[in-house]
Amino acid sequence: MKCQKCEQNATFHITELTGGKPVELHLCQKHAREYLQGEGGEPESLSQASEVLAQYLGVGASAEELARLQQTVCPVCGISFYDFRQQGRLGCPHDYEAFGQELEAVLISVHGETRHVGMRPPRGAEDSQELIQVIRLRRQMHQAAAEEAYEKASQLRDEIQRISQQVAQRRHQPPSSQSESPESAS
Amino acid sequence: MKLDELVQHSGEWLRGTGRESDIVISSRVRLARNVASYPFVTRLMDQERSELAGLLRETIEKLAPQLHWTYIDVSALDDLDRQLLVERQLISRELAEAQGPRGVAIDQGEQLSLMILEEDHLRIQVVHSGLELQAAWEQMKRVHALLEEHLTFAFHEQFGYLTACPTNVGTGMRVSVMMHLPALVLTRQIEQLFRSLQKINLAVRGLYGEGSQPVGDFFQISNQVTLGRSEEELLKQVGDVVPTIIQFERKARDFLIKEGYENLLDQVNRAYGILKACRTISSEETLHLLSRVRMGVNMGLIRDVPLGVLNKLIIYTQPAHLQKLQGEELDSAARNVQRARYLRKLLAGEQDELSENN
Ligand SMILES: [Zn+2]
Ligand SMILES: [Zn+2]
Repeated sequence: MKCQKCEQNATFHITELTGGKPVELHLCQKHAREYLQGEGGEPESLSQASEVLAQYLGVGASAEELARLQQTVCPVCGISFYDFRQQGRLGCPHDYEAFGQELEAVLISVHGETRHVGMRPPRGAEDSQELIQVIRLRRQMHQAAAEEAYEKASQLRDEIQRISQQVAQRRHQPPSSQSESPESAS
Repeated sequence: MKLDELVQHSGEWLRGTGRESDIVISSRVRLARNVASYPFVTRLMDQERSELAGLLRETIEKLAPQLHWTYIDVSALDDLDRQLLVERQLISRELAEAQGPRGVAIDQGEQLSLMILEEDHLRIQVVHSGLELQAAWEQMKRVHALLEEHLTFAFHEQFGYLTACPTNVGTGMRVSVMMHLPALVLTRQIEQLFRSLQKINLAVRGLYGEGSQPVGDFFQISNQVTLGRSEEELLKQVGDVVPTIIQFERKARDFLIKEGYENLLDQVNRAYGILKACRTISSEETLHLLSRVRMGVNMGLIRDVPLGVLNKLIIYTQPAHLQKLQGEELDSAARNVQRARYLRKLLAGEQDELSENN
């Protein structure tokens, strides 16, 4: 695929997330950089200025790679990285695990960083991690109910309740040592 | 809270109080959060969406004694009421136009609002009048801590608080300041300012009327990056640049007084004259002229209008507010007449049929 602004190969495929419909841009490295730095925009256009408000995603991916991205699927919510590129929205918290590598490129282009500093939940990521499983279990439960596998559905409901209650109970207990030292994980 | 009551008084943040309130209209902090046990909004199945909306509403109602807020079911409102909330900046256009269960919690002074099932499960927003970022942030921390006692937010050791769009991940925080910069616009320095702000990763957006062109010299300045910096650093990033912009604006105002006093006086008084005498006027023209008058008041060129009244007019001359005040739906031409009446009433003290409706 050729760059939309010159004859070079397009190595950057950018999904512009402004307005309602995402727009795909295919650019070479030079033009992608220009675009992402907002140099191509008319300075007098305010809306342009506001769209520099990080509404873009720059992802380095060759056209051949797109096929692979279609197959990178989140096991929890079922979206592929390609779906995300099309819609500009992730499907569930687990996507940050499932698409970790691809997302880091996005994060670099948007934030220039890949690591959070700042506020943390009292118990770190522990509870969140555990509750993400509930998303999958709940879907299995609905599926089972739809297939009239009521015994399976009720087992799943019990499991969801068990996890939810466990997390709710822990919320008011002091954090475990693991979540006290986030830096040790890296 | 009924929406009809909402229209009877204006939000705290329009009072024109707080530091530097002649130039800084409001200071805003918002956090994006998602509940860990549900998919993000676009991937919610109908059943999950109702369940989650219920859970969030329950949590809001549990916290009502501490936060003095009320839940409004946005999906049950008619178009006019949804538009009213958009004009008051309590909900986004996106939430107004979305489908399915969704809502907003609003506190009595309209300083605190919590959008439910917008782009993220929760969008918490605190707004204060004037340059009061720190105060807004202190209130936000308290609200966030209360919510986190009841909900487990999606959080990742490396990426922080997880959001539906990676542009918000990490802190999920947007810090913004709404500024009134008419002199920088008149002296044609505003674009240069925007360019330098963009270079330091700050975003600028105009205040939009009914059209797509920004009108009225009102600009919102906010951080772009949400990851890799702490909340305090983001506050500082935006907060640090504001005094400089204020200084630029004041310098430009001094310049206008020194170099073109008669012109300035003419523009300001002409704008004031039109607003006090017009019989039909669009919302774009209104915003444009209100901006001039507001500048005149702040420069001591007009002395008989309080800032709070002008701030209020910016919101109350918008379509849904006019129709709510009038108590009926109005087409565009009728709104323009009604808008002119309302302006005359508030600015010229003119009594007319408006007062019959109280
Ligand atoms: Zn190119
Ligand atoms: Zn997922």
